[in-house]
Amino acid sequence: MNVNDLIGFWNIYVAGIVLVAIIGCAVFLWSQGGATYTIGKTTGHSWDETLEEYNNPLPKWWSWLFYITVVFALGYLVYFPGLGSFPGLGGWSSGKQWQAEQDAAPNFQKYLNEDIPALAKNSAALDSGKRLFNTYCIQCHAVDGKGSKGFPNLTDGDWLYGGEPAQIEESIRNGRNGVMTPNAYLGDDTIRDLANYVRAFSGLSTDSASANRGRAAYARDDVICKTCHGPDLKGSLAQGGDFPFQGAPNLTDDTWLYGSDEATVIETITNGRSNTMPTWGKFLGEDKVHLLAAYVYSLSNK
Amino acid sequence: MSETQTTYNYKVVRQFAVMTVIWAIVGMLVGVVIAAQLVWPELNLAPWLSYGRLRPLHTNAVIFAFGGCALFATSYYAVQRTSHARIFCDWLAAFTFWGWQLVILLAALSLPLGYTTGKEYAELEWPIDILITLVWVAYAVVFFGTIAKRKVPHIYVANWFFGAMIIAVALLHLGNSAEIPVFAEGWLTPRSFSAYAGVQDAMIQWWYGHNAVGFFLTAGFLGIMYYFVPKQAGRPVYSYRLSVVHFWALIFTYMWAGPHHLHYTALPDWTQSIGMLFSLILLAPSWGGMINGIMTLSGAWHKLRDDPILKFLITSLSFYGMSTFEGPMMSIKSVNALSHYTDWTVGHVHSGALGWVAMVSVGALYYLLPRLFGRQQMYSIKLITVHFWVATIGIVLYVASMWIAGVMQGLFWRAPNSDGTLQYAFVEAVKATYPYWTVRLIGGTLFLVGMLIMAYNMFKTIAVGRSEDAPVLIPAAQH
Repeated sequence: MNVNDLIGFWNIYVAGIVLVAIIGCAVFLWSQGGATYTIGKTTGHSWDETLEEYNNPLPKWWSWLFYITVVFALGYLVYFPGLGSFPGLGGWSSGKQWQAEQDAAPNFQKYLNEDIPALAKNSAALDSGKRLFNTYCIQCHAVDGKGSKGFPNLTDGDWLYGGEPAQIEESIRNGRNGVMTPNAYLGDDTIRDLANYVRAFSGLSTDSASANRGRAAYARDDVICKTCHGPDLKGSLAQGGDFPFQGAPNLTDDTWLYGSDEATVIETITNGRSNTMPTWGKFLGEDKVHLLAAYVYSLSNK
Repeated sequence: MSETQTTYNYKVVRQFAVMTVIWAIVGMLVGVVIAAQLVWPELNLAPWLSYGRLRPLHTNAVIFAFGGCALFATSYYAVQRTSHARIFCDWLAAFTFWGWQLVILLAALSLPLGYTTGKEYAELEWPIDILITLVWVAYAVVFFGTIAKRKVPHIYVANWFFGAMIIAVALLHLGNSAEIPVFAEGWLTPRSFSAYAGVQDAMIQWWYGHNAVGFFLTAGFLGIMYYFVPKQAGRPVYSYRLSVVHFWALIFTYMWAGPHHLHYTALPDWTQSIGMLFSLILLAPSWGGMINGIMTLSGAWHKLRDDPILKFLITSLSFYGMSTFEGPMMSIKSVNALSHYTDWTVGHVHSGALGWVAMVSVGALYYLLPRLFGRQQMYSIKLITVHFWVATIGIVLYVASMWIAGVMQGLFWRAPNSDGTLQYAFVEAVKATYPYWTVRLIGGTLFLVGMLIMAYNMFKTIAVGRSEDAPVLIPAAQH
């Protein structure tokens, strides 16, 4: 406690008002004790024919209840912060309580030096990892890790940003921003042809003429899909380590983040998509990120 | 009484009294809809029918439409009768009625359309805020004008509470609704930013929010209690001194209690402590009203057996006592750490809102309606009894299910495993709450059914009665 913190106008102002207010409650109550009472008799005032008031005293137990709360309040203010910047004799603060809870909480530092493939075979680590996953991840990726519309399936071995331990860890630590630009400028017919083309890889298209037109359109200079998905449509990962556009999905497999029906694919091409994996590094700390990465890794590396 | 004697203005009381019942049904119906949406989320059929927009509509409708009309009706009735004077300025009183209905209508349109300031219980956008201010100032002029006209030297205790409510709500509304209008979307789509920022904004909001409870829903309804309980019981108020002490203590300490809504937030520790301590000190002043109301019945307890209106009034005081014990308890930081953000808070609020506010209003209205329509009593006394039991069972189901659900949620959220991770995913607490949300829906529906029974009884009473204004009484000789 620094004495300089306890003087100064606003501090004394606040502390003074609080003390006067609390003690004032008791003084006010005490000042009313001197009133004279005539038990069972009214005050003599009357309103609206029948409204009267007895001149009964304050119930004693009630007055004591009142006094006790005032005394408790004063005692509390001696021990806890409440009177301006006087921190209280107990030394408690919410910041210190938080720090103490953080310090006392079990952590997962012991796993930090184990590499992820090894951790993914450590059942105690995976139990803890799954619990963390249930707290922080299942809102989007679902309790079985299989995701939902717009949120990737983490169990299928198919990756947007890579399934190597370091890549998974990076996705969790710093998050990811996935943006597919809109392509409405291509016009409805070309977009439909492109949709049929990409659906044909999964055997979903029944209009081969349209799919063939789509193949031709994909190669055109004004059609920018290949910038990210690559000339072979296999997505950014397949283009090698120095490919600048990350996160573009492989269009030739049968994994569909937003759905595979023609209308949905047309919607995706026309309006684009935008998606965010939040950044967890600062919030969770490196040990939990590491453990979560091991758990996620284990989902597709049994 | 001479033939030229003036009458009390019952017209405005009648208008507000009837609309109290109508708005209760509307507000509680919206409540039942959002309770059902928690059980069946697929009932969020359209954006304007979604939980996020209907929930503020529910709170605004029950607090300001139902509660507000109840306060206007009872305060205009009580202040005239206890001042032995006709209301001050009939046209201004009429303006408060039509103005307040317009506020309610605008709320019912703008909230589902998505216009909101985002401040709880103060969601209405700035043009409506201005209209509220005009109506409220008119209310103050009418109310205090009538007090000034009074033919008795003393101001009756009910009027202290109504008066304190009117002044404090004006202060709260002006303070918290300070906002900067934004016309980015055009002149017909008003939006605004709060005049305050960050934690100051939060503190002002909960200074307002808690005193909306303290003054609008407590002081105002204590005013109702102080007129209608002694009237219906036919007994003097238990203790004049107690009413003096608890009145001043209540209105003084309530103003400090808001920070307990912001425990364990960015609000400084010292402010949180003070909010908690004044909430604890508030226990005795709150209970003063309960003691004075319930003890007024001492010597006439037998009347509770067959008078359903007294049953409503005394039950309301019991719920008032329970809620005002529960409130200080929940303001204790370590209790709050468990209860905050859970359905326990919802249960606490409804033990106050249904058990206290609605029950005391309903009791007062059953006293009031026959007198406003030239009848000795309501069309059916039996239906009042039915209403009482349906409502009471409804409240018990509602509050008990939310207590259990709230404590359960709090325990779910904080339960750790031995490795320090959380034992339950959030969704597991949601899933476990479904049965309790279902029981709550049943309880809330029962309460709504009670109000429908009341509406039937009211319209039957109106049908056989006639609008009648009583002559202004000459005060009894003062001692």
